[in-house]
Amino acid sequence: MAALGSPARTLRGLLRELRYLNAATGRPYRDTAAYRYLVKAFRAHRVTSEKLCRAQHELHFQAATYLCLLSSIRQHVALHQEFHGKGERSVEESAGLVGLQLPRQPGGKGWEP
Amino acid sequence: VPPTERKRFYQNVSISQGEGGFEINLDHRKLKTPQAKLFTVPSEALAIAVATEWDSQQDTIKFYTMHLTTLCNTSLDNPTQRSKDQLIRAAVKFLDTDTICYRVEEPETLVELQKNEWDPVIEWAEKRYGMEIGSSTSIMGPSIPTQTREVLTSHLSSYNMWALQGIEFVVAQLKSMLLTLGLIDLRLTVEQAVLLSRLEEEYQIQKWGNIEWAHDYELQELRARTAAGTLFVHLCSESSTVKHKLLQE
Repeated sequence: MAALGSPARTLRGLLRELRYLNAATGRPYRDTAAYRYLVKAFRAHRVTSEKLCRAQHELHFQAATYLCLLSSIRQHVALHQEFHGKGERSVEESAGLVGLQLPRQPGGKGWEP
Repeated sequence: VPPTERKRFYQNVSISQGEGGFEINLDHRKLKTPQAKLFTVPSEALAIAVATEWDSQQDTIKFYTMHLTTLCNTSLDNPTQRSKDQLIRAAVKFLDTDTICYRVEEPETLVELQKNEWDPVIEWAEKRYGMEIGSSTSIMGPSIPTQTREVLTSHLSSYNMWALQGIEFVVAQLKSMLLTLGLIDLRLTVEQAVLLSRLEEEYQIQKWGNIEWAHDYELQELRARTAAGTLFVHLCSESSTVKHKLLQE
């Protein structure tokens, strides 16, 4: 079985992602259907015995998968906006991306020794 | 070509229960698919996740980030008009070119890495489904026995159309049927499956360095797509007989 860590940690991660999402719309994240659903589902599957419960593990797997989805989209969008979302780059910027600098001519453009 | 982004034209997103399942409302209008069918999904959790996708769009709707909505649209419209058999055949065919069955012969360290990371997944799948797979260094790939295909075909036919659309999507992302099975059976996490799918790339990154705007960009996109597909399969096959069989094991 896949190692998922603690369910509480996964839930905290999910709530953090929901906060990020709702920071955009300006509404409290506790008002969302996603928040209510997640908290209810986690409460319902909190069992006291140490016995390995498949349904519980399955819920945790789905929650961890959803957390991965939300955080990956957030990071993907951030990278998209930083590197791909602004149209064509200037020659200087393109060179900078791979750690290069354009040659500088001491006397300005068209300078001849 | 449809635009990749458009203005957010609604304020509130809500869910309502209709005859065919759960529907999404954007203000007072019902969400429709690209083919103008009513958007309705079989699971409440899926409906909430889709509603969250729509509600989290800021000024513009970024369709390329809404993977669950896309998967639902594909299932509802079935734009390629494929039958269940065709979907299964396409998925099983992927076994011939499964990423984790193709091995390199050099360099030695990569050979070792592939063996250590991929062999356990193959062994698990062989045991779990009682089928023979193996690996190969030949360009033709491993030769998959007919019996293996039959086992896999009959296993996949226990899934409904929605789940199969999701399975095919994940297989196409990871370029691997076996890693997809690992995700369906809760054997691998999405992060693990994506790492295993990108094993050679990760090896090259370790050797030559990481480039944020190429490697990280692709990694996050692949993770997002794989996670969406996996969640979709799980939520769409929840009430089917497959789960009950698994529960009894």
